[in-house]
Amino acid sequence: MESRASAIRFELNGKPVEARVSARTTLADCLRHQLLQTGTHVGCEHGVCGACTVIVNGDAVRSCLMLAVQVDGATVTTVEGLSREDSLTPLQAAFRKHHALQCGFCTPGMLTTAHALLTDEPDADKTRIREVLSGNLCRCTGYIPIVEAVYEARATYRSKDKSAKA
Amino acid sequence: MIAKGSFIPNFVGTPVQRVEDLRLLRGRGQFVDDVHHEGMLFAAILRSPVAHGRIRLIDYAAARGMPGVRGIFTAGDIAHAPECTVPTIPMRRGQLEGLAPFEQPVIAQSKVRYVGEPLAVVVADSAALAEDAVDAIVADIEPLAPVVDCHVSGRDEVLLFEEHGTNLAVTYTVEKGDAKSVQAAYARRERFSVQRHTAVCMEPRGLLAVWDGVHAKLRVSGAAKVPFAIRRVLAQRLDLPEDCVDMIELDVGGGFGVRGEFYPEDFLIPFLARKLNRPLKWTEDRRENLLGSNHAREAECEIEIACDRDGTILALLGRIWVNMGAYVRNSAEVAPRNVALFLSGPYRIPNIHIESSMVVTNKAPAGPYRGPGRFEADFFRERLFDMAARDLGIGQVEFRRRNLVRESEMPYRIAAITPSYGERQVEFDGGDYSIALDRCLGEIRWAEKAALQGKLIDGRYHGLGVGCFIESGGGGQRENARLVVEADGMVSLYIGSSNIGQGLETICIQIAADALGLPMEKIRVFHGSTTNLSEGFGSFGSRSVVMGGSAILDAAGNLKAKVRSAAARRLGCVAGEVVIGDGVSASFGGKTLALADVADEDLSADGTFASHQRTYAYGAAAAHVAVDAKTGHVELIEYVTVEDVGRIINPLTANGQAVGAAVQGLGGTFMEHLQYDQDGQFLTASLADYLMPTATDFPNVRAVELEISPSPTNPLGAKGAGEGGTIPVGGVVSNAVAAALAPLGVEPRELPLSPYRIWKLVQAAR
Amino acid sequence: MKLPLFDYAAPATLAEAIALLAASGGTAKALAGGQSLLPTMAFRLAMPTLLVDLRRLAGLDRITLGEDGVRLGAKVRWRDIEDDTRLRTAHPLLAAAITHVAHYQIRNRGTVGGNLAHADPAAEMPGVAVACDAELVLTGSKGTRVVRSADFFLGPLTTALADDELIVEVRLPAWPAARRWGFEEFAQRRGDFAVAGIAAFYDADARGVAGNTHIAVIGACHRPHRLAGAEAALNGHMVDEQVIVAAAKVAAAEVDPPADLHASAEYRRALVGTLLERALIRASR
Repeated sequence: MESRASAIRFELNGKPVEARVSARTTLADCLRHQLLQTGTHVGCEHGVCGACTVIVNGDAVRSCLMLAVQVDGATVTTVEGLSREDSLTPLQAAFRKHHALQCGFCTPGMLTTAHALLTDEPDADKTRIREVLSGNLCRCTGYIPIVEAVYEARATYRSKDKSAKA
Repeated sequence: MIAKGSFIPNFVGTPVQRVEDLRLLRGRGQFVDDVHHEGMLFAAILRSPVAHGRIRLIDYAAARGMPGVRGIFTAGDIAHAPECTVPTIPMRRGQLEGLAPFEQPVIAQSKVRYVGEPLAVVVADSAALAEDAVDAIVADIEPLAPVVDCHVSGRDEVLLFEEHGTNLAVTYTVEKGDAKSVQAAYARRERFSVQRHTAVCMEPRGLLAVWDGVHAKLRVSGAAKVPFAIRRVLAQRLDLPEDCVDMIELDVGGGFGVRGEFYPEDFLIPFLARKLNRPLKWTEDRRENLLGSNHAREAECEIEIACDRDGTILALLGRIWVNMGAYVRNSAEVAPRNVALFLSGPYRIPNIHIESSMVVTNKAPAGPYRGPGRFEADFFRERLFDMAARDLGIGQVEFRRRNLVRESEMPYRIAAITPSYGERQVEFDGGDYSIALDRCLGEIRWAEKAALQGKLIDGRYHGLGVGCFIESGGGGQRENARLVVEADGMVSLYIGSSNIGQGLETICIQIAADALGLPMEKIRVFHGSTTNLSEGFGSFGSRSVVMGGSAILDAAGNLKAKVRSAAARRLGCVAGEVVIGDGVSASFGGKTLALADVADEDLSADGTFASHQRTYAYGAAAAHVAVDAKTGHVELIEYVTVEDVGRIINPLTANGQAVGAAVQGLGGTFMEHLQYDQDGQFLTASLADYLMPTATDFPNVRAVELEISPSPTNPLGAKGAGEGGTIPVGGVVSNAVAAALAPLGVEPRELPLSPYRIWKLVQAAR
Repeated sequence: MKLPLFDYAAPATLAEAIALLAASGGTAKALAGGQSLLPTMAFRLAMPTLLVDLRRLAGLDRITLGEDGVRLGAKVRWRDIEDDTRLRTAHPLLAAAITHVAHYQIRNRGTVGGNLAHADPAAEMPGVAVACDAELVLTGSKGTRVVRSADFFLGPLTTALADDELIVEVRLPAWPAARRWGFEEFAQRRGDFAVAGIAAFYDADARGVAGNTHIAVIGACHRPHRLAGAEAALNGHMVDEQVIVAAAKVAAAEVDPPADLHASAEYRRALVGTLLERALIRASR
């Protein structure tokens, strides 16, 4: 552990958590290696690929471009927080149905981004979906099935029933 | 050789949703960097900042004392003795004549030959601390003149391997008939080139090596593609028996041919884990990935086509130069061979003479990448075809149709390559190539759109291109599988194939389920790791369905035989009288045993499938583009790829592979470029400079998979099909751009077709 | 690419933030959204000794519309500009330009102040600021001063900001409803930095004659600046095809674009001409 670590407290996937982090620890590394939530992936560490996307205070952000100390007091949601123990959520089921993942490395970032988008804009059309997902790189699928999956999942975000979200 | 097993397709051929998705969608995948091991240390690598030089001194005294640093290691710590050389990375195929002098040492010892070459390894308590220490190491390197261009390097004025005396590693010759004697009514010679680019998987490489000092065993996680082959090399280089080295394959974030080759780190990390007796993790960062994971595709050619006036091709001749980078790595020969061997594609060309030279330069080493050599070959060939067709006044489609190999000519032998490395003569195994062409033309509505060729509409020039391609699959001699009936009645399937994201687990379970007549939920699959089987061959050259799938059928057949014997003992008959039914139930004389009833016996069966015959999936692709001649921007209005893959195991995953492969090809065609300056300095070390397709770039790509001609080489009838989507893209799209800009007299001869390069062509043609 | 070591502070007030910057003698950096700064630190191109995180500073994130124009607090995010529907009529050029900035996740964090202080010549906001004669309000240990955009951007990644100063506000002059404008950017992919871009507007009198033309170049320059020659080619004329083509020619000639691994200077020069043409055609409709 490096010197001068400070304590941070925040809400992660609905539960309060604590960690001691040095200032230079990114949110991504804190989540993955200290809090052992490895669903969030690190693909570039310079804010381009989007694999590290998490939701902070309702906004989709690149966790490699946030310092862990910056989420002290915040609410953070990762792919684990968008998942259920024994089944897939409608968004995840749509991904599976449309074969919107192959290696799965970019997938958590796609899911968090899609969730943030559809939560705010459940009527987003394909152009808007593509535009928003253009900040997430995928090397396997060619994106087309991902856009289809997110488009289909809109229905569950439109309903008043909040069970669409975890 | 046909495997014993057979099956009634139930899951095979249906779009089963993937088993892998259940964990991957919930963030429960386990990629190597996700793994934490008690007490693990972290490695970071000092890499050469110069492209060519002699190492004088690596001064790490200051770095050694930095916080958290446990050790710093250079060649001196790795060579057996001061006067010895460090191990090199061998070629996977074995000692290939003339190439040994170009093998890469696992760490630079006396010279550095490319920016990024490993110089030292720092081991520390965290990755960040290791990186801090790397920055504090001073590498004193006497610079030597670097050489980055193939032709310049080929003059041998600046040598990378002075003792060897040349930068030309090997030249392959591809020959058929007597090309040099051909007298033709028409001939055209052109130069073309493809730029350096590569796979850039979303997951960077990584390794976690754990040494068990008590049992003298090494366990390395992060393996991919060919774990058994890597184990063989690693064990040998570490002086360990093979069965003391376990290579563990976890979830893998893409491979595309690039992940899974033997890299320097594949030696360094396990070596140091053993030396330090501490678990050691190394994760490649994106800069290192761009800098040092195998590069690919950089090739240039001068080729000539000779035809009759009616467009019948008589000969194809030429020279190709492949820029290999600084070393010949373990599968380096694949692309230089393929680019020459498959230059003729699925076309009938009676006379061929092509020479392909592998030249070393002070750039990062190159290796196979999806459709290695074939993407380049198709760009070279299809561009030349369109030029010839236009000269002869024959339509693009008609020119190809005339020259496509016909079904009646199957099996069709293409040219022979020397040195052959003991490979069989390539023979196309069957298929009606014109069906794929016609389907493709129909899908893109070629007849309707043909009127758009070269038209200026709303400020953009429209153009269409089409091309035919061949993909070889099912490579490598053999694959193994084992089925084990567990006490709870579940069946465990162990397979030597590797999962790199292509849906291997699901495909294997589908095949096994049908072979055994079981529901898919009854089968668990364990793939890739060397702990599963005593021998495996992995996933490369689109082989996993053909080889792995067929091995599963064989194992299933053998399992049924064992169940017969076990059931016979209980049913009081001979094995031959037992009737095996669905779910491997066993019946005789009105009594039926379920699989679970005999599961207490030690029921396991091995299967294998061996074949030296490759499979040849084939197809056609077409593109419609609109070019803004003022900015050089190209919009891909529509792209369709059609491929006959023999047999489709899972339509969902087969289509997914084709679309993904096409988009990768589009990236290589339009925007991806690993760039160096004249001093060999690497310029594209971030994803902001190495541009890859995003969701907004190519939204109109479609793929169609056909099952017209099953392959006769394996019981599934499958042809390998993971690369065909990529292979034709460069040729087809650049032909569409050429057709669009024909009114301006523009002929693209180089990739990538970036806006800047297209603009330059338009200016030059004025 | 782990971040290098640095000290970290998250002061509660602007005064404290400035004091920390002043005390560091130029070795500290302010951290706003971090979308530009952290990547440079990941590559270890920037190695500040101290990061002064502005996240606790209050009152710097407002968008205020008034008679004198639009005021953007330095901590206003691209997302906030997108969400503020008033801006589509209050300042359509700003609203349009911002749609080209980066990507969804970056827009949730990146700030106007951070972007202007970073001063990438290929970024949209500096170009818009210059085109509109925006003023930047800077506060440092010596107090507050107002600087014209034209005087703020000195070169690539170089501004008039002193080591102990922070941008607190950007003031865009009032935008008349009848104003003609166009924003055209060329990037290889959506969200990439501009290879070249043009932010342009003019006011037409009752006869349709152009006046008060403002044209700024993005990307094809070492710092964003106005194109006086092209502006002069428009002022006093009816904006027809001939005038547009002439202005575009002048614009292409008067820029001094850089060359890099993506594009040559000549290509950028040609793009400037093409983009100005397209911007003016859009504006004149």
